[in-house]
Amino acid sequence: MISKDQVAHVAKLARLSFSDAELEQFTHQLDQIIAMENELAEVPTDGVTPTTQVSDERNVFRADVPVTDGPTRDQLLQNVPESKDGLIKVPTIIDKGEADA
Amino acid sequence: MNFETTIGLEVHVELKTKTKMFSPSPVAYGAEPNMNTNVIDFGFPGVLPTVNREAYRLGIMVALALNAEVATETHFDRKNYFYPDNPKAYQITQFEQPLARNGWIEIEVGGKKKKIGIEEMHVEEDAGKNTHGDAGYSYVDLNRQGTPLIEIVSKPDIASPEEAYAYLEKLRQTIQFTGASDVKMEEGSMRVDTNISIRPIGADKLGTKTELKNLNSFNYVRQGLDYEEKRQAEVLLSGGQIRQETRRFDETSGETILMRVKEGSDDYRYFPEPDIPPFDISPEWIEEIGAKIPEMPDKRRARYVGELGIPEYDANLLTDTKEMSDFFEATLAAGADPKLASNWLMGEVNAFMNAHKLELQQTKLTPANLATMIKLIQDGTISSKIAKKVFQETIQKGTEPEAWVKEKGLVQESDPTVLTPIITAILDDNEQSIIDFQNGKDRAVGFLVGQIMKQTHGKANPKVVNTILMAELNKR
Repeated sequence: MISKDQVAHVAKLARLSFSDAELEQFTHQLDQIIAMENELAEVPTDGVTPTTQVSDERNVFRADVPVTDGPTRDQLLQNVPESKDGLIKVPTIIDKGEADA
Repeated sequence: MNFETTIGLEVHVELKTKTKMFSPSPVAYGAEPNMNTNVIDFGFPGVLPTVNREAYRLGIMVALALNAEVATETHFDRKNYFYPDNPKAYQITQFEQPLARNGWIEIEVGGKKKKIGIEEMHVEEDAGKNTHGDAGYSYVDLNRQGTPLIEIVSKPDIASPEEAYAYLEKLRQTIQFTGASDVKMEEGSMRVDTNISIRPIGADKLGTKTELKNLNSFNYVRQGLDYEEKRQAEVLLSGGQIRQETRRFDETSGETILMRVKEGSDDYRYFPEPDIPPFDISPEWIEEIGAKIPEMPDKRRARYVGELGIPEYDANLLTDTKEMSDFFEATLAAGADPKLASNWLMGEVNAFMNAHKLELQQTKLTPANLATMIKLIQDGTISSKIAKKVFQETIQKGTEPEAWVKEKGLVQESDPTVLTPIITAILDDNEQSIIDFQNGKDRAVGFLVGQIMKQTHGKANPKVVNTILMAELNKR
């Protein structure tokens, strides 16, 4: 069972704001999803290597050679909501300590 | 009550590559905002990251230089957080299986050697740069976004701010010698976060730790930790409790200031990066990288002191950077006397670098030219006064000293048959000085030497001048 508090916490981490009714609704929906996942967890997986990606590839490295023939800065900036002097303009967000490299 | 201190250091070091960790955008300083970016750095939908082999190779090199065990199987993970400097809303890092574990470096504090353990080190990508403007807006430059970093996490072995300082200094020096990074705090290619806790001596459990940020030099790290150590002791001794909080070091007051209290642990919801296949790091590759690691500063220092008779202090300075140490060794290879070469590098060369804010390799000085100049001084071809002129010429313009000295007629005059007539003429013109000398005034000799030097444009060999002058004076 997932609690409403847990859903509120996840929403906060995702910078989402919900009304109480929405929280109720999502708690119910997430509960169903988790119930399904719990069911999957019953499959015996002892000795099975975890699958983290499905391409079956391994050891794909890229050579350290710069590539600069892609879209220009101005083209890239056409996809941001607002820009100024080549910079992306965003509402100021106060650093809550989650921005550490 | 007495306390013992436990310090943890997390050090981020930029790896010196041409391109980013997960995208082929160039890594370069001083570019116009967002010029070194592409669709991957912007986190556009559908883009795929690819791992820079050179960044991983440099990471392995650092790990080996820090005596760590390199993982032969690894994958990348996503660390989720929202901030404008990180358009994907996650950072690709190594969480479950870092690049290497269980490293160590040896430090020396107060004459005592101590091994400091390294818990793990992993490669990851840097974030962009976020500048707060006015009217509630910030401005993001993604040029730095994706720059390869290696994060080095110490074990809780560091027991004092002094040890923390020594650890950082040793870490910087070791990495600098591998050539994997510039490791410059002032340019941001090395960044330090610390945490510190204290507990009553003998207590089993570590105390609550506080984190320190905004530390822009090793000195500030030491000062900040010093302050924090005392502050925590005062809080505990007055019956208070340490809160888990992040504090900022204020450079003007030397105090630490509360930034925020931490509520619960950070929730980054790590999970394996599905867009990057896992890696097998072959022992052969690790061995190949290890074979290319240059001799480390500790070994060189021991050699300089033991075999070359260089004083410990000078040997430390000579091994501060690999460039300086290599230059010193190349100068010896070109035939220079070790002590003279060391003196010139520590003295005039360092002074020149500081005055012009240049790195050694940015000057025009070559080991061969320095060695030639030292040889010219040693065999009496030029005086030490002229040597300073020759030095300026060769370090500023790269001029070959021997040819230049001949061309400019700066060869020292040591021939008594040339110097004697000049000296007797000066004595004839300075009767008063001879009387002063005979009355025991030593200053008269200095004056006369000065006159002789002036006459010979500083080219007279001071030793020969002295001998002839004393002989001539005693004759009168």
